[in-house]
Amino acid sequence: MSARVLVGVKRVIDYAVKIRVKPDHTGVVTDGVKHSMNPFCEIAVEEAVKLKEKKLIKEVVAVSCGPQQVQETIRTALAMGADRGIHVEVSGKDYETLGPLQVSKILAALAKKEEASLIILGKQAIDDDCNQTGQMTAALLDWPQGTFASELAFEADKLKVVREIDGGLETIKIKLPAVVTADLRLNTPRYATLPNIMKAKKKKIAMVKPADLGVDVSSRLEVLKVDEPPTRQAGVKVETVEDLVGKLKEAGRV
Amino acid sequence: MANPFRAEVKQLYKALLFLGREYPKGADYFRERLRAAFAKNKDMRDPDKIKQLISRGEFVVKELEALYYLRKYRALKKRYYEAE
Repeated sequence: MSARVLVGVKRVIDYAVKIRVKPDHTGVVTDGVKHSMNPFCEIAVEEAVKLKEKKLIKEVVAVSCGPQQVQETIRTALAMGADRGIHVEVSGKDYETLGPLQVSKILAALAKKEEASLIILGKQAIDDDCNQTGQMTAALLDWPQGTFASELAFEADKLKVVREIDGGLETIKIKLPAVVTADLRLNTPRYATLPNIMKAKKKKIAMVKPADLGVDVSSRLEVLKVDEPPTRQAGVKVETVEDLVGKLKEAGRV
Repeated sequence: MANPFRAEVKQLYKALLFLGREYPKGADYFRERLRAAFAKNKDMRDPDKIKQLISRGEFVVKELEALYYLRKYRALKKRYYEAE
């Protein structure tokens, strides 16, 4: 199969870091804070690499949009087994306003340019929790989508996707080319070990600008304010059942 | 350090050091314990015992990878999925 898979990876603040809001409430503190690959993107890379190991696809291309630092994230994807990387350079103000719409336009343009037949993304990023990029990319390309995938299998020329939905699991068959977004239980991502990272240094990362792809990265959204969630109210202990009923009546719950 | 295993031991040490950066109790805590553990055995000369220690080290590498994965999986499951 001469299939090429595009995997989008996003550089986000590490999942274990305690987030702090900037004093001016315009955003979250990112300077000097540990960043890593979005966990759902790790699962996406792992799935693509697994497909390549099963010889179902030919090449895995890791893509990321952002400033110079995202190259670290692309290198991690290369260390996990991707063949080459594409760094779409977006920095400064453009990067601050970069959202799913812009990224999906970029991915759609790249998919056409690279002649990819499958795009695998993480279902959402842990920093913005948008859960939109996969869906928008599929719409822009007019490709079918298998979102919240917890299982992927090739069947003849179609892709069988088991999706995790509220009611349980849904199995669908979609034609290629397609967009798939990875859910938590799709696979167990491998750790990018030091020897693999060293080997990955030899793999190429191409640099492009959104303008080269004909994409306008201006945003129609403006962040007005960023606040911390309200602190939890302390609970109240009661002595008897009558007390409990009394308190519930006070709160208007009974 | 015994000559034939020098390269292997160094590789193991570097791999553990790399993994230790993400250790929950802190990279420094991990590095101290790692150095102490390797220093304790630096005068070992018996090749069989050295091989044993190296495989123990490789076992620790696997344990750490499993620890990191489980930590991440549990944190994400808690954050994104309703408690069943």
